[in-house]
Amino acid sequence: MKSSYDVVVVGGGPAGSMAAWEAAKGGASVCMLEKDRDIGYPVRCGEAASDLGLRQFVEPKDSWIAKKISGAVIVSPNESKVHVKFANETGYILNRRIFDYDLSRYAANAGAEVYTKAYVKELLKSEETVTGVVVDHLGEEKKISAKIIIGADGLTSRIGRWAGIKTQIRMKDMESCVQYSVSNIDVDPDNMIMYVGENFAPGGYLWVFPKGDKFANIGIGISGKHSKYKSAKAYLDEFMAREFPNAAILTTMCGGVPCAKPIKHPIKNGIMLVGDAAHQVNPMTGGGIVSGMKGGWLAGQVAADAIAKGDYSEKTLIAYPEKLRKDFGKNHERFYKIKEATAALTMDELNSIAENVLKIPFEKRTLASVFKAAVFKKPSLIIDVLKVLSGV
Amino acid sequence: MIKIIDNKCDFCGTCVTVCPVDCIEVREASISIDHPICIDCDLCVEICPILVLETVDEV
Ligand SMILES: Cc1cc2nc3c(=O)[nH]c(=O)nc-3n(C[C@H](O)[C@H](O)[C@H](O)COP(=O)(O)OP(=O)(O)OC[C@H]3O[C@@H](n4cnc5c(N)ncnc54)[C@H](O)[C@@H]3O)c2cc1C
Ligand code: SF4
Ligand code: SF4
Repeated sequence: MKSSYDVVVVGGGPAGSMAAWEAAKGGASVCMLEKDRDIGYPVRCGEAASDLGLRQFVEPKDSWIAKKISGAVIVSPNESKVHVKFANETGYILNRRIFDYDLSRYAANAGAEVYTKAYVKELLKSEETVTGVVVDHLGEEKKISAKIIIGADGLTSRIGRWAGIKTQIRMKDMESCVQYSVSNIDVDPDNMIMYVGENFAPGGYLWVFPKGDKFANIGIGISGKHSKYKSAKAYLDEFMAREFPNAAILTTMCGGVPCAKPIKHPIKNGIMLVGDAAHQVNPMTGGGIVSGMKGGWLAGQVAADAIAKGDYSEKTLIAYPEKLRKDFGKNHERFYKIKEATAALTMDELNSIAENVLKIPFEKRTLASVFKAAVFKKPSLIIDVLKVLSGV
Repeated sequence: MIKIIDNKCDFCGTCVTVCPVDCIEVREASISIDHPICIDCDLCVEICPILVLETVDEV
């Protein structure tokens, strides 16, 4: 580990690896620091991602894919099942342990140095500019100076806070999650299943994502607005006892998903935030793999350009949020509005939406038709639905 | 005061995101709260998915 780099990336998730990869490809000297022992582990994720999403950056490898998915089943509070086939899309349930690892290897092969067991505990600043980090690497404290820091430190992002970027998430926008990797269960191998409604998961949903033969990720996210009354784990355990009493739970993990609008200005002089750290998660679905990769990808490119130009101030880095807004940023704001509207639906309303959508013949049923039915109380949102789902 | 129940935490960092005063530190396998800074708002207790944190009377 050297004492100075052009770019230091904090965090080795998908967003961090993409940033490190792009910055290194663009000619910058790059170092990526990950606090844990392994890249890609522990997996705190349902691991669902779309083929088209991943293909924006990489050719998906067979070893990343645990299961191909052809559609979704949305289960209403009274357990009506609405089956929707994906139109032009293939979905995957990934093996993030392998996927994340490979992304970091791509970054390393492009010239980025990668260090694990490297916890960043402080930012170095000079006046209004971030100039480096203090890292605990294998028990030893080191100072590293950098022209640009990329905070890819996940939802906790203290890096952002230390730089003076407001990253705190409001309780109602924070999803409190638990997930089990479960074996010995009978599960539909081709569809992802999502249970909605207060009885299953208030302010969120409960998911069953098949990963293989008799094997699935089963998890839940509930809004922080509700988690003080009953924990995410309590909801999930009730579901498991009811639906899968004989399940073998091979992994237990918990986590959180920031279902807020993306941070508008995730930069300061010498620093950019990417991925969960910048709330780059689809607030409707909680999916953050692909959008986090996009954030990292764009930030890495902007970082390489800034290094080449020799200007690391906000004035140059602003190109990053500008590109982001044109890409998925605007859509995520629309999804946020749709989420707010659907979060207000009662169980009866959700049941009657399911009833109405089930009247549409299966071949004609699309995700757009489900969303359109879901925003019936706010017809003005239909335009937003059509914009975000055009093509799906 | 916020008490951390021994051996229960999964070190996921969800509590860190909602803390208004940034006084929780989560590392690979440790969690600590900077008590003098903590304002006892209980948001971390409410968001933790597996009930690791508790409010206890000051001793
Ligand atoms: C239960 C659950 C289910 C989910 N399901 C899905 C899903 O099905 N599909 C989907 O697309 N998304 C899903 N998500 C969201 C998805 O996991 C995240 O959006 C994605 O991992 C974000 O990537 P990232 O690189 O920004 O952050 P992360 O993958 O969280 O990576 C951040 C990294 O930074 C490291 N780090 C943090 N602080 C420091 C520090 N100070 N120093 C050094 N390293 C540090 C962490 O150890 C971590 O490895 C889910 C999330 C949860 C919690
Ligand atoms: S939210 Fe709970 S499990 Fe996660 S780090 Fe905080 S105390 Fe630990
Ligand atoms: S009680 Fe409030 S201030 Fe104290 S650690 Fe929890 S969230 Fe932070």
